[in-house]
Amino acid sequence: MRVSPKYVAVEISASIITGVILAAISVFFIVVVGWWFGWWMLGASIVIMIVLLVVAPRRARAIGYQLRADDLLLRRGIMFFRIVAVPYGRMQLIDVNRGPLARVLGLSDLKFVTAAATTAVSIPGLPEADADALRDRLVALAETRRTGL
Amino acid sequence: MSEPARGAAAVPAGAPVGGLAGMPPLRSGAVRLADGEWHRLYWASPLLKGGFALIAILGFILANLRERLVDLFLPSSPGPGPGNGGAPGPGDGGDIVALVYDHGQTGIALLIIAGVLVLSIVAFSVAWRMHTFRISADAVQVRSGILFRHNRQARLDRIQGIHITRPFFARLFGAAKIELSVAGQDAKVDLAYLGSGQVDELRREILLRASGVQAQEAVAAVEAASTAPGLVNRRVHELLAPELDPDAAPPESVVKIPPLRLLGSLVLSEFTVFLLLVVAALILSSTWVHHALVLVLLLPSLLGSLGFYVRRFTKAARYSIAATPDGVRVGFGLLTTSNDTLPPGRIHALEVTQPILWRPFGWWMIRINRAGHASSHGSAGQHHTLLLPVGRASDVSTVLSLVLPGLGGAETRALVVGGLSASHGAGFADAPLRAVVLRPFSWRRTGYATTPDAVLLRSGFFWRRLMVVPLARLQSLHVAQGPVRRMLGLAALHFNTIAGPVRASLGVIDRGLAVSAFESLSAATVAAAAADGSHRWAAPASARPPHVVAAEAVAAHALAAEVAGGATGASGASGATGASGATGASGPIEATGTTETTDSAGRVEGPGGLHGAPLARVGRHA
Repeated sequence: MRVSPKYVAVEISASIITGVILAAISVFFIVVVGWWFGWWMLGASIVIMIVLLVVAPRRARAIGYQLRADDLLLRRGIMFFRIVAVPYGRMQLIDVNRGPLARVLGLSDLKFVTAAATTAVSIPGLPEADADALRDRLVALAETRRTGL
Repeated sequence: MSEPARGAAAVPAGAPVGGLAGMPPLRSGAVRLADGEWHRLYWASPLLKGGFALIAILGFILANLRERLVDLFLPSSPGPGPGNGGAPGPGDGGDIVALVYDHGQTGIALLIIAGVLVLSIVAFSVAWRMHTFRISADAVQVRSGILFRHNRQARLDRIQGIHITRPFFARLFGAAKIELSVAGQDAKVDLAYLGSGQVDELRREILLRASGVQAQEAVAAVEAASTAPGLVNRRVHELLAPELDPDAAPPESVVKIPPLRLLGSLVLSEFTVFLLLVVAALILSSTWVHHALVLVLLLPSLLGSLGFYVRRFTKAARYSIAATPDGVRVGFGLLTTSNDTLPPGRIHALEVTQPILWRPFGWWMIRINRAGHASSHGSAGQHHTLLLPVGRASDVSTVLSLVLPGLGGAETRALVVGGLSASHGAGFADAPLRAVVLRPFSWRRTGYATTPDAVLLRSGFFWRRLMVVPLARLQSLHVAQGPVRRMLGLAALHFNTIAGPVRASLGVIDRGLAVSAFESLSAATVAAAAADGSHRWAAPASARPPHVVAAEAVAAHALAAEVAGGATGASGASGATGASGATGASGPIEATGTTETTDSAGRVEGPGGLHGAPLARVGRHA
């Protein structure tokens, strides 16, 4: 399953914010410190922003998850591809977060927390109702498959 | 020293409910602590916890004051000289009274000190009275605090390990500390201190209850032993209990570390190399720095490192490891002895390493990841995670078969031996030649192997490593691939476990192999977790908690349904990631019988846009 197409907007705005921050740092170097390579930094940050903007829709589309019989699969990333399988029984808790922009778009981030910190399963950009339903579903699934730690 | 600070003025009226025999049931160790009633700690525990510091501070203050007193007295009365010994006690009473009259301020100071002394003694004793614990059938509960009441309860079947420490001072008082660790940050139940003899019995009792054996017979046994009808009967039981107990005697250690080997392992460590480098640098620099300065720098570092060696040695000396009915017991320590009981199935990952300096001697070290001590780093946490400080290969396989009984078989033993020292192959699926770019030396050794209930990862050329992850403890696993590995057709396989010194991951592995391993191992993990009942390790399958059995049934049902209906998921486009070659890759885990789930990892995205379809499918089966 893919995440909501609206999540592209979140990705795009995140890229823009990153680019703006990088550009602001470069401008700071140019104006205040007066270093010549500030211009290079400015150029680099603009290039980075453009690359991020181009990649953003694909990145949003690359996020996918699947509820299998006994575990949750999640894949993310194009360049740095990552695919995780988490058995439902390993669930410790589920977080549902809503950032400011995601809230405007009616999206939620769902985070599946296990006892291992490195698991890092978070599904961004789910429509709010879906996120809540998925959370309840996952909790119910985890309950039936509960094991020891 | 927080107790004195709190003061004892406001003691809540609510005394311990189970006030139980006003006297602490200590001394003899005959009263059973695990009888579900509230008990107090050892009588010397306030002294051991903070009393010594209090006495030291008071002694310091009094000694200073005494000099002052003598100074004040000297002009008026040339009486006792400064060399006059004897503690400032009742004998000085007259002088102090006189002083109170002569110098009002000193008197006030003395009064304050006396007040603090009385207050802190009262506070300590009240805190001791309020600090009670209770061990019921399935939980241990501790209450403490005077103003701020603190109540902590831990489920026995969640206990990750029982750690008994006997600090040197406490040993003099016949006391010991018992620590029941459960998973989580700072999540442990500390009972400091208890009688030295009681602690062993308490541990046995707790483990017995935690194991699930109890269902009926253990409880019956405990009942019979502790609350046998008739006072005489009970007394006899209490008196005889410790002597009669055959388990109380520590079993023979299966691995022995000669002190010389331990010493050698410490000398041949990375720390020594570092130290020698520092010393060499300092000596070299002495050509243009003044000699005395070098000496000033050299001496403390040498002394400090000597302290390090001594500390390490005394901590790891007298190592013992033995199997008990309720888990593996590891003991350490020369002066401060500690021993740690690991119930079965509490090891989340295990790593056998060999630093390059140890290779000529064939020495290995075993470290483990375990829940409950994840947060404690440094030397405090080290001996919790160090399972074997140094041992030969034969010791390693002994320990391995002890802590992970699944590795005891003949063919898995061969795998372990191969994992330890083979340069390539030996049952391990190795990384391909192109991995040489990323692992110039160790690519031939980097590989994995599977047994029915664990996965073995081998890596490292100079620092040889073999990691073992029991599948029943694996939290999740993931395949990652960056641009470099993409170009080389490689991937990285990570096994996510509880945090600890072991990071179970395979840096390079062929992509197709990674995907098939991901497939088969994720299925095997689910099966292993469902079949795992080690949180109640001694409970028979029929007496397992109903939800585990239910989960197994559901899992089996869902698996079968998945095979029948899984085609919908598998018909999707094979995905842009090119995770090819996964279909039908049955993987090496035939024995688990779950290889039917051949949903390819590359097809996670499946038919896009069909929100909720797989969800509903799973929902029906569940």
